[in-house]
Amino acid sequence: MAPSAAGLSDLAERPVPAGEASRSRPGVFDRETLQAWLLILPGLMLVVAFTHWPAVRTLLDSLYATPRGSRPAPFVGLANYQGLLDDPVFWQALRNNAIYAAATIPASVVLALVMALAVNQALPGRAMLRMAYFLPTMLPLIAVANIWLFFYTPDYGLFDQIVGLFGAGRHNWLGDAATALPAMIIVAVWKEAGFFMIFSLAALQTMPTDLREAAALEGASRIHFFRRVTLPLLMPTTLFVLVNAVINAFRVIDHVVVMTRGGPDNATTLLMYYIYETGFRFWDTSTAAALTMILLALLGATAWLQFGVFGRRIHYR
Amino acid sequence: MVGTGPDWAGGRTALAATTADAVTGAAIRLTGVSRVWGATRALDDISLHVPPASFTVLLGPSGCGKTTCLRIVAGLETATGGRIEIGDRDVTALPPAARGVAMVFQSYALFPHLSVAENITFGLKARRVPRPERTKRLARAAEVLGIEALLNRRPAQLSGGQQQRVALGRAIVAEAPVCLMDEPLSNLDAQLRADMRREILGLQRRLGITMLYVTHDQTEAMGMADQIVLLRDGRIEQDAPPATMYAEPATTFAASFIGTPPMNLFPLVRRAEGMVLAGTDGPVLAAAIADAAVGGIRPEHLRLAPHGIEASVAHAEYLGADTILGCRTGSATLLARLPGHVVLAPGTPVHLATDAAVQVFDAATGRRCLTRPHRMQQETFA
Repeated sequence: MAPSAAGLSDLAERPVPAGEASRSRPGVFDRETLQAWLLILPGLMLVVAFTHWPAVRTLLDSLYATPRGSRPAPFVGLANYQGLLDDPVFWQALRNNAIYAAATIPASVVLALVMALAVNQALPGRAMLRMAYFLPTMLPLIAVANIWLFFYTPDYGLFDQIVGLFGAGRHNWLGDAATALPAMIIVAVWKEAGFFMIFSLAALQTMPTDLREAAALEGASRIHFFRRVTLPLLMPTTLFVLVNAVINAFRVIDHVVVMTRGGPDNATTLLMYYIYETGFRFWDTSTAAALTMILLALLGATAWLQFGVFGRRIHYR
Repeated sequence: MVGTGPDWAGGRTALAATTADAVTGAAIRLTGVSRVWGATRALDDISLHVPPASFTVLLGPSGCGKTTCLRIVAGLETATGGRIEIGDRDVTALPPAARGVAMVFQSYALFPHLSVAENITFGLKARRVPRPERTKRLARAAEVLGIEALLNRRPAQLSGGQQQRVALGRAIVAEAPVCLMDEPLSNLDAQLRADMRREILGLQRRLGITMLYVTHDQTEAMGMADQIVLLRDGRIEQDAPPATMYAEPATTFAASFIGTPPMNLFPLVRRAEGMVLAGTDGPVLAAAIADAAVGGIRPEHLRLAPHGIEASVAHAEYLGADTILGCRTGSATLLARLPGHVVLAPGTPVHLATDAAVQVFDAATGRRCLTRPHRMQQETFA
């Protein structure tokens, strides 16, 4: 980069410490630059070793065939991706995941907001109520899934006992392809809503009370105030929660493993579980790598869409 | 913003034709209003009358209940007992929106995500005022406050004084007969505060609304009020026009709260000829009414004289236009406000005289005693 006229005048205006005036421009071997790189090195090493390198490696792997025995993996280009397009289970997993996301995200985010509004009011036992709502988040999903497994058990499970009171017969909730995915969705909403509630609640508590009082004096009804003030002021938090909800919706695997193992007939196979199954049960690592890249692309596109489209219309303080 | 306020005289005709006709102040009457939190009595049996179109200031130290009183009038707080009337209408049980009051909060309470224009018309939208009327009122308020150029900005992009104007704008477009203000100037710097004080007063006069204004700053109260209500520990200490409150404070508290520096208060003891300052032999400052009392003299009423109260200079504070001289005498230190630059070394013996009547307060209750005015004997010079 040649120092332009503008660059020179910039330099001239900046107070330059004595001894540095002779140096033309910061370079790679600049003392300060070197120091800066050394300071971020430990963190950088961790990020590269556990995030960036695996991502690049996965991208490369997805372009090669799975290595077998002594044969090294040959380069196959986009064949792995081509194979996925012809794989009905992949499409099934994608469809399942789309339904799963479309149901859990709005339900858990709206429920979180409703719960936050409820426990933001002054009522007796408020602290207990908040804890109760947050409890599902604190419990490990593996343990929770076992409890839900019992709820869904035919005949003596909680759900069958309740519908039994109304005269309905036994139902194998997780064993029936029609009800298995909705059953998983209910578990996820129950688990996520409490977590998201904490964020909404924190945002609600930072809202000055005199805004509500000013609105009350101006004759704004509770609904008008909620629509015109509370909701817009909660939008930054809601966007953050939405991004997390999308990531979570595509990342879940634990309750699928515990409750259904993707069954029956792939009715509850989600993208992440399919990656796990392909990669670590069938040891088709290159297909799993291709699947992972697709998942990454999907998540990246959604996050970009959310920040790009909604982010611009949101008021950040 | 400093010095760019709207020209009140210039805007007079336009406003007189529109707003002043539309808004007429309503009287506020509190009868026996109390507010109790557990064992704390924030307000204790307050009764007061705010005449229509007047500017009334609730004044007092922090924790005296003045903000609670304002919030009870607004309906943001419920009174434990008593009755609140606005414009001959009992509003004790009415919600804030139905009381016909507008309010400016100490923090301004502007909605951070809405533009200045949306902030000002927020209440009009909530009350479903039709759009042409909203636009008209917005334009009028913006012109009055000189914020036409800011209408599309967000509150975060405004200075403190501009935010204050927006808050005022939101209060005046409501065209409510009563406007409540809770320490609206406390977040502004001194210069801006003086400007806004004049503007708020001008606005109130122009619109003819009833203003109930809370402050702990006695200068603000003295400069703006038609009537000052001085509160202390949830009770009304004195309710009077500024001049009366200054000249004839009802209690020692009122005497010590108003004025910079406040009134000199000192113990008086009885002598054969009358009351003298404790620890001195004269001169007589008041007619004898009790064995002991508290006397009061405004610092500006004291002057240096060849004869009078014997004292010695303790300190001198030169303020430019005048000098505050602290003089030790008997059991008290008296402050005298003397014109010009007075140079006196500490320890210099002086004599203080006054031409004004010395105020006398009951030693036990602090209440003002009704005595026949006694003037300090004028020294005659040979």
